[in-house]
Amino acid sequence: MYHHPDRRAEGEKPNWIDHPGNVRKVFWALVVVCAALLSLDLFLHKHDKFGFESLFGFFGFYGFVLPFLLVLSAKALRRILMRDEDYYDR
Amino acid sequence: MIASIPPGLIMIIGAVLVPLLPSRVRGAYMLALPLIGIWQLFSLDPGSYGQMTLFGFDLVHVRIDKLSIVFGAIFYIAAILGIVYALHNDDRTEQTASLAYMGAAIGATFAGDLITLFVYWELTAVTSVFIVWAGKTERSYQAGMRYLIIQVLSGVLLAAGAVVLAKETGSFAFDFIGIESLGGWLVLAAFGIKCAFPLLHNWLQDSYPEASPTGTVFLSAFTTKLAVYALARGYPGTEMLIWIGIVMSAWPIFYAVIENDLRRVLAYSLNNQLGFMVAGVGIGTELAINGAAGHAFAHILYKALLLMSMGAVLHRTGTAKGSELGGLYRTMPWTTGFCIIGAAAASAFPLFSGFVTKTMILTAAAAEGHLVPYLVLLFSSAAVFYHSGIKIPYFAFFAQDSGKRPDEAPPNMLIAMGLAAAACVGIGVYPDPLYAMLPFPVTYVPYTTEHVISDLQLLMFSALAFAVLQRTGLYPPELRSTVLDFDWVYRRLGRDWAVFLAERTGNALRTVYADFGGMLNRVIDAVFHYHGPKGLLARTQEIGQATLVITVVLAIFLTAFYL
Repeated sequence: MYHHPDRRAEGEKPNWIDHPGNVRKVFWALVVVCAALLSLDLFLHKHDKFGFESLFGFFGFYGFVLPFLLVLSAKALRRILMRDEDYYDR
Repeated sequence: MIASIPPGLIMIIGAVLVPLLPSRVRGAYMLALPLIGIWQLFSLDPGSYGQMTLFGFDLVHVRIDKLSIVFGAIFYIAAILGIVYALHNDDRTEQTASLAYMGAAIGATFAGDLITLFVYWELTAVTSVFIVWAGKTERSYQAGMRYLIIQVLSGVLLAAGAVVLAKETGSFAFDFIGIESLGGWLVLAAFGIKCAFPLLHNWLQDSYPEASPTGTVFLSAFTTKLAVYALARGYPGTEMLIWIGIVMSAWPIFYAVIENDLRRVLAYSLNNQLGFMVAGVGIGTELAINGAAGHAFAHILYKALLLMSMGAVLHRTGTAKGSELGGLYRTMPWTTGFCIIGAAAASAFPLFSGFVTKTMILTAAAAEGHLVPYLVLLFSSAAVFYHSGIKIPYFAFFAQDSGKRPDEAPPNMLIAMGLAAAACVGIGVYPDPLYAMLPFPVTYVPYTTEHVISDLQLLMFSALAFAVLQRTGLYPPELRSTVLDFDWVYRRLGRDWAVFLAERTGNALRTVYADFGGMLNRVIDAVFHYHGPKGLLARTQEIGQATLVITVVLAIFLTAFYL
């Protein structure tokens, strides 16, 4: 997923996961799994305590959107909270 | 005979011998102590032991019931795993301190009154600080000092609360306490410090990552879960704890995302998992208390496993920082595999331990109609998968290749990780033995189609979000950094103020001293002027001169009186 210099030593064999093409395959496999899990909501009747858990795709939506926002807001927090590594040692 | 020794004391007394033994037999000796302990625990019948009367108060040294057994048992198991993991480490300080620390935590779990609890409570503080110091760096020394101050403060609050409670109720018994009285609040503050409540939490993230690779594994299991036990004993159903718990479950996650030191990431995620347990205690129904106790059990195992895997990385490469690691799966495949199992258990994947315990707390929150807590805990569950489940294994073992090719972890570390991993899977696949140990009868069924599908949807979409963020380059890279947390208030702001005040006070004192000294000098000068060796009143006079002066004085008096 990263573009990075190859630091494998001379003669060291690349593994399956080292090929960028295979990382892409993993990603699309994940997309397929998610789509399959989402489609189960069409057939599965969920009991709901609050009235929204049985909505189509609620858990998938919640699981995707909130962590997405979490990472972006944590990244923004870095601007305020991040200091040099030896900040407390000085 | 052995039945009359209080649980925990076997390890505390046993620790005294550790420094005297040759290193060949020390490992086997240390391992024997918790094994004897766990055998003893299960040979004792539930009930109270070691009762005595002190100054008219009844003290109960050992109280064995379902709630204390589940915590006592997992503490012994964690002790065994930690000792196996540390077998290669020949540091007598850490070995002695860790045995005594674990024994103290177990002793506290079985304490039937607040005085006994206080004694063991303080003992966990003063023994564990040596584990932090065994990191043997300047940073670990400093962090240890801060840790000690905060831990001892917790003990002082507990002692004060116990005395106030005894005045109010006439008893030191450690049962339901509640927050109806001042004593209840003091004891809650003491428990809250050790449980790393929000704003009281920084000692945890500050000190645990500074200990040695083996020391952190010991530390992670006991102090905070002892506090969860104490809360479950003293404050079940206290609604405030639900809100404290959900803040705890969500807040540390933001730090876990951007923190670079992977052991510190795990310390933040430890804090976040404690939030689930505290919320469970706050909900207070039988299902929720079962969930809190069961989750503590499962959590100790997978958190220890994750810290063991990061400890192995630190042991082999000398660093646990995400920015310096990557690509280690090539030469540390076993550690990678065990780490992924721990990550799956922490993320509550079906068939792993976190799933069968954490969902109890979520179900309990929903059953009681706590809407906001339920949504926050659900968010935290999805986010745990982020920082514990993906970030830890990804940045250590995959991500960009760091070029590091360390050896696989030593055999004893692999055995400890293997045992912990087996337990994580075992509990997840077959939770009945754990359920049978929980404080209340369990009717909860974890593996329903609905639970499994909902959980998988939540987690897989969370993984998808991570993958999308990575592919689009939005995911923040690991950077060498310090991320400021609330401890900035006392480590920087407080320190700067203290320095400022000390300087100002010093200046003021110097000025006062200089002024006062000036005045004093003038008095001394004046005295010296008249009475010094050359002073007017100290001069040696000739006798004739003196006679003349006396004659003149007498003449003046005579004239004055005559007139």
